[in-house]
Amino acid sequence: MSTEHLTRNARLDALAATLREQFAEHGCELLEQFGELTLVVPAERLLDVCLTLRDHEALRFEQLIDVCGVDYAAYGESEWETETASFTGFGRGVDRDPELELDDPKRFAVAYHLLSLAYNRRLRLRVHAGGAQPMVDSVVDLWPAANWFEREAFDLYGILFRGHPDLRRILTDYGFVGHPFRKDFPLIGQVEMRYDPEQARVVYEPVSIEPRVLVPRVIRGEAPAGSDPSQEPGDA
Amino acid sequence: MPEIRNYTINFGPQHPSAHGVLRLVLELDGEVIQRADPHVGLLHRATEKLAESKPYNQSIGYMDRLDYVSMMCNEHGYVRAIEQLLGVEVPERAQYIRTMYDEITRILNHLMWLAAHALDIGAMSVFLYCFREREDLFDCYEAVSGARMHATYYRPGGVNRDLPERMPQFDKAGSKWHGAKEMARRNANRQGSLLDFLEDFTERFPKHVDEYETLLTDNRIWKQRTVGIGVVSPERAQALGFTGPMLRGSGIAWDLRKKQPYAAYDKVDFDIPIGINGDCYDRYLVRMEEMRQSNRIIRQCIDWLRANPGPVRIDDAKVIAPSRERMKADMEALIHHFKLFSEGYCTPPGEVYAAVEAPKGEFGCYIVSDGANKPYRLKIRAPGFPHLAALDEMSRGHMIADVVAIIGTLDIVFGEIDR
Repeated sequence: MSTEHLTRNARLDALAATLREQFAEHGCELLEQFGELTLVVPAERLLDVCLTLRDHEALRFEQLIDVCGVDYAAYGESEWETETASFTGFGRGVDRDPELELDDPKRFAVAYHLLSLAYNRRLRLRVHAGGAQPMVDSVVDLWPAANWFEREAFDLYGILFRGHPDLRRILTDYGFVGHPFRKDFPLIGQVEMRYDPEQARVVYEPVSIEPRVLVPRVIRGEAPAGSDPSQEPGDA
Repeated sequence: MPEIRNYTINFGPQHPSAHGVLRLVLELDGEVIQRADPHVGLLHRATEKLAESKPYNQSIGYMDRLDYVSMMCNEHGYVRAIEQLLGVEVPERAQYIRTMYDEITRILNHLMWLAAHALDIGAMSVFLYCFREREDLFDCYEAVSGARMHATYYRPGGVNRDLPERMPQFDKAGSKWHGAKEMARRNANRQGSLLDFLEDFTERFPKHVDEYETLLTDNRIWKQRTVGIGVVSPERAQALGFTGPMLRGSGIAWDLRKKQPYAAYDKVDFDIPIGINGDCYDRYLVRMEEMRQSNRIIRQCIDWLRANPGPVRIDDAKVIAPSRERMKADMEALIHHFKLFSEGYCTPPGEVYAAVEAPKGEFGCYIVSDGANKPYRLKIRAPGFPHLAALDEMSRGHMIADVVAIIGTLDIVFGEIDR
């Protein structure tokens, strides 16, 4: 199949057709948005699907560009309500302890970005890893590049990768506790460290600073894409 | 008979050849590497987590600080992802400015790489020459943004301002150390606009690359240290997730500027150099040729930018701030200005991945948006990360001194690896 002469969109459609044909019975779902394709794969079929994606003659995704974890616990939650904020005020109106759904089986996801050099196409895979004890199969055997990316997702989100040869922390400090990119992990962290001259060593203590929200998170839900969200409050 | 065990040493994190803060645990059999275990993360600042708590535009400055020797390319990857989310088309002049500055950045990065790589292997003078040329390019950064390195110049929807009509000059009166005559000499190529200054640079620069090549390309010691060191086959390079010069050095003609053109790359003429053997020496040659090609692209951009004045940012007050004059006179512009800087803009929910060909390889930004004024999740795909992950495989069986050459050829910067 030659894809050189096709435009970007036609190429995308060709890939979408191939993917639908290949993975219809696997329970995969194909999404198209912003000119990109996302294949949502059930966790138990991940390795099958990846193997086909890499080796099938019409797909040939030789390169794994990126693997990353996503925590959907706070998805779609705004930090303050614009309706009531006018009398509670900026900053004070921020909801500091949002109720996060921590055991939702769709809480954690792993996103894989694949690139096919042969056909010059990209594809994103998304796998939901579960909530309480997130775990997916490791793709290190298919793409060695996944090694460090999976270690990173484990470190930052606590997602376990079954079959990974060396699942150690990678970015955080030696002896770090917790998974810092989870939405229930505060931005300021849990502990701070300082040198203690009496004990003559570095000691860890609970953080002494207060979290601050300088710009609250605002979601203008009803505004469809392309309309102007800032029309409502002050433009009259 | 005594038990013979492999010897384990610590390389770094404070080591001049570790290019920043790399702690490398090397397991040695005599002087031969059995296993290399890089410990990274000593520069981890959680850029991605910080970006989740800030409106989109406030994180542009963080991008400069990721790979702090290819600043504007990182910004480009980030603003391109936002533009894709918002569905914004950037004016053509801004596209050319971005192309030009991306290539300036590429030269900056490759000069830094060449300087450090040569110094690691023992060629001192190249370092000094490279920094001489970098100085001029920093002045170009400073002329448009006011900052020599961390420019924060790109914006979703264009660039912050148009190119200046006058190149800033040195103080004419001179100083305690340099007299007026010396200053006049230094100001000689700064009499015109930024583009004139840059054109003067592009005329000089190929000769400078020739100079570096005279020092290194046929140098006996240089070849002994790089030829046949760190060989990666094309298949392995793909499997290990290599991009950029690391992939091209192994003989795969893959460059996002050609294959998935962005900005004005489909309108300029340039070639993609590739290597044959996939060793340190080939990657050196690839990067040297890339500097010449970047020079060529810059020249074409200068010509186009001279001939085509026009807007450098879109006319959409929801995304980009109105001009100061309009803001002072127009109530609506003032409201937009206030909204933009207090709340930012909301993006439609969804996820995008946008990548650019940064000097080190594919720099990508994956943004998950839930419709808020802040990214829900930002993942930065740094090119150096998979490159460093391959260090173990590349250095196995080599001598300990070759590790330094391999670290050099990987062109790693910890700002982007640790994020």
